[in-house]
Amino acid sequence: MSGAMIRSLRSLRQLLDSRQVSVRELAEQSLARCEAQTLGAVVSLDRAASLRQADAAQETINRGQAGPLTGIPLLHKDVFVTRDWPTTAGSRMLLGYRSPFDAEAVARLQTAGMVCVGKANCDEFAMGSANQHSVHGAARNPWAPEHVPGGSSGGSAAAVAAGLVPAATGTDTGGSVRQPAALCGITGFKPTYGRISRYGMVAYASSLDQAGPMAESAEDCALLYAAMAGHDPKDATSLELPAPDSAESLLAWRPAGSSESAPLKGLRIGLPEEYFGAGLAPDVRQVVESAIQRLRDLGAETVPVSLPRTELSIPAYYVIAPAEASSNLSRYDGVRYGHRAENPRDLADLYARSRTEGFGEEVRRRILIGTFVLSHGYFDAYYLQAQRVRRLVAEDFAQAFTHCDLLAGPVAPTVARRIDAGASQDPLAEYLSDIFTLGVSLAGLPAISVPAGFSTAAGPSLPVGLQLIGPRFEEGRVLSVAQVFQQATGFHRQQPGLDGGAA
Amino acid sequence: MSAWEVVIGLETHVQLQTRSKMFSAASTAFGAEPNTQAHPVDLALPGILPVPNREAVACGVRFGLAVGGQVGLTSRYDRKNYFYPDLPKGYQITQMDHPIVLGGSLTVMVPGASGPEPFTVQLTRAHLEEDAGKSVHEGLEGLPQGCSGIDLNRAGTPLLEIVTEPVMRSAAQAVAYARALHALVRWIGICDGNLQEGSFRVDANVSVRPRGQEAFGTRCEIKNLNSFRFLERAIQVEAARQVALIEDGGVVVQQTRLFDPDADETRAMRSKEDAMDYRYFPDPDLPLVVISQDWVDQLRAGMPELPAALRERLVGELGLSAADASAMTADRATAEYFQQAVAQLPGPAAAKQIANLMQGELASALNREGLEVQASPVTPTQLSGLAARILDGTISSKIAKEVFAALWSGEAQTADGVIDARGLRQIQDSGLIDALVAEVLAANPKMVEEFRGGKDKALNALVGQVMKKSQGKVNPQAATDALRAAIGSPTAG
Repeated sequence: MSGAMIRSLRSLRQLLDSRQVSVRELAEQSLARCEAQTLGAVVSLDRAASLRQADAAQETINRGQAGPLTGIPLLHKDVFVTRDWPTTAGSRMLLGYRSPFDAEAVARLQTAGMVCVGKANCDEFAMGSANQHSVHGAARNPWAPEHVPGGSSGGSAAAVAAGLVPAATGTDTGGSVRQPAALCGITGFKPTYGRISRYGMVAYASSLDQAGPMAESAEDCALLYAAMAGHDPKDATSLELPAPDSAESLLAWRPAGSSESAPLKGLRIGLPEEYFGAGLAPDVRQVVESAIQRLRDLGAETVPVSLPRTELSIPAYYVIAPAEASSNLSRYDGVRYGHRAENPRDLADLYARSRTEGFGEEVRRRILIGTFVLSHGYFDAYYLQAQRVRRLVAEDFAQAFTHCDLLAGPVAPTVARRIDAGASQDPLAEYLSDIFTLGVSLAGLPAISVPAGFSTAAGPSLPVGLQLIGPRFEEGRVLSVAQVFQQATGFHRQQPGLDGGAA
Repeated sequence: MSAWEVVIGLETHVQLQTRSKMFSAASTAFGAEPNTQAHPVDLALPGILPVPNREAVACGVRFGLAVGGQVGLTSRYDRKNYFYPDLPKGYQITQMDHPIVLGGSLTVMVPGASGPEPFTVQLTRAHLEEDAGKSVHEGLEGLPQGCSGIDLNRAGTPLLEIVTEPVMRSAAQAVAYARALHALVRWIGICDGNLQEGSFRVDANVSVRPRGQEAFGTRCEIKNLNSFRFLERAIQVEAARQVALIEDGGVVVQQTRLFDPDADETRAMRSKEDAMDYRYFPDPDLPLVVISQDWVDQLRAGMPELPAALRERLVGELGLSAADASAMTADRATAEYFQQAVAQLPGPAAAKQIANLMQGELASALNREGLEVQASPVTPTQLSGLAARILDGTISSKIAKEVFAALWSGEAQTADGVIDARGLRQIQDSGLIDALVAEVLAANPKMVEEFRGGKDKALNALVGQVMKKSQGKVNPQAATDALRAAIGSPTAG
């Protein structure tokens, strides 16, 4: 199949409901593309399991009971546990692991009638910003396969960008839904912490992890989000707030002065000065500023704001996340499941070798950092201090939101780098590139990345994302403004050709 | 040893009597096939999350109320990180900085040379945590050499860890406290107290110091003592070991030790790092435990009268001796049985009689047949009926034993029924008694002489003869009085 893939969920719904295409046909198309792809985006397929789901969805359509997501194919990032597909979290530690239960997010999307086509590649245990740390191999950017797709949800982003599936789930701990979405030219949404259940998500950093939909548009993300969100008694950190009624209600927010010709009139958008400093590449700055101008054209007013502790969010995150990860990953010890070293001499050897063999370098690095910052004598100076800084970062956002309704800025400082540039790179450089997404995670705020244009500064034409950040619980506001932006622009509809580059 | 003082603090792990585990819905029932009561949460499978058990928190609150401690309206779960195969997550969820209970105390009776004496043990704190699984190192069929088996049924069971201040100064005090704590947690219904099943596990922190020194010596922890006898012996043996070590010029090393009852010694645990850094931090999967004063008050209202208060009442209102009051409040079932019996036969004399019967006939019968008091075939009503007949002199204590046995075997429904059926009424008729006395005196002139000569024991023998002649139906006191009257003051000649 050549040419642009149909990704819009609204279009697919129409095709399915009018019987122009069957659920099986859609699923088979996705499966075929997933099998043929060379982007390193997919790690697990099971045709029989997918077709079972497809048939069930078709029944629902035939009975006239289809919801907005019935029969739509998707990939789940390989940190969501699934009964019918192995879950590896991109790690040798979990090769072949089969969960006896489905993640809550997976179950809810299945109840909504979606058809799981398989599992998407990701950085090992969600630790990474380029999807280059996976036991299954590197994932590639469909716009330019010599470039990274971003991470850690790189496989999910690449799959949607390349049209393998119209939607995928990702997880965002420090930017891992928003950043790959930006680098791959699709839409990625992270709700307020606690909106979507973490039950069944392989844990990286418990107080930061949050599931998020990745699709062509904010509208499509709203459809998935509405099906995923809502309190789950199996997750004690899951918010006990009413679940969103529907995508329609989420997309209906407008500022008080809104009109048809100026839909964003009355909306004050804050532009954090720290997000537009020297670290932002000029080509990315140009695209983002141009996108912000489009928002003004739609009636929004922009105001300068400051998030003074932006830089501090990097060390704070890279203390807190590894600390929680070091504890969350202790269960991978070769005793009950997962990789176990052969012929261990004794218990200590069993632990040391199973974990050294099972975990990749970046994971081991973060476990060591995390263990160090929690250890006696260093806890106060590192972990406790990082938590204090976290509170200050959150206060920065709260303060900024007294002057505006939404924040806007870049997602990443540059477009996607080349894959081979990673070898010579200091691991810290990857951490520093998270500067625009980490603060939002530390503060637990809802945020979205929407395609805003392209840049050829790195050679090939590569996508640039615009980030919109809302106050806590304001998912509707973020999704609505994103949708208005997308209705007025067309960047999100652009797709790479099969051999890279815009279609 | 008198130059030395032993200092003891106890940490007790109490398994809470909830239906499901601390953080999962798996059952806490004892004795199931290995690894059949371990849900994904207990197995620490990828993606699982803990959900706190509300009833376990309630148990913690009840304990805090029972010991007069400060119940924390906000407490917090922390992770204690270490690796061991019976700890699936590689960390234990516990409460470090903000436990559910702070302080509190328990006043216990310690056996002493001149009788039991009260001793108050201050508690430092009590906190909620989850139990680990069990490791089995030997005796498993099919287990290769050098391997251990892991059973995770116990992993995740709710525990309340109760810590005392280091205020005990003898093994006797420690055991008295442990027994009283054991009785208390059963009394308030938070623990079944089954020592064999590991529901109640005591760790003893023992150190010694020269008498008069203020600074504490280095302590050793003796773990997992699951009988009071072992607790006592382990403390004695450990204290002696430390004293001998120091007197020999050695230094006590802080370590964890186990008690070997067969060898009658404590031994350092194999390769345990005692200065382990647990890297405690607040568990990010669990919000703060926030409870309302209203809820605490509701729980308080639902609690039974505590044993100490009940004992006071029994002594004050019913005039029971401290020993009897203690026996009648040994556990809640006994206390309820006693109270039900007393309700039907009020007054101090009745209370005393009932207490006697319960500690005597009832206790022996229960022991003999391995029954708990709740399962007694003799009901409180029947027992109080029996007590009434002893009190009003219808039968003697000796005959009462026979009546009790008959009630126990179900021969009749009431004491009166047995008495009537077997014709056991005591002989009260003074004429009959005098006649019997006269017969006995006539038949035993030697004993009479001996008594008149000042040998009191001879009187007992004569009383015995009267009892024998009457098939035990004469009240011994009446017989004694009649004999004295008949013999009179020693006559001349």
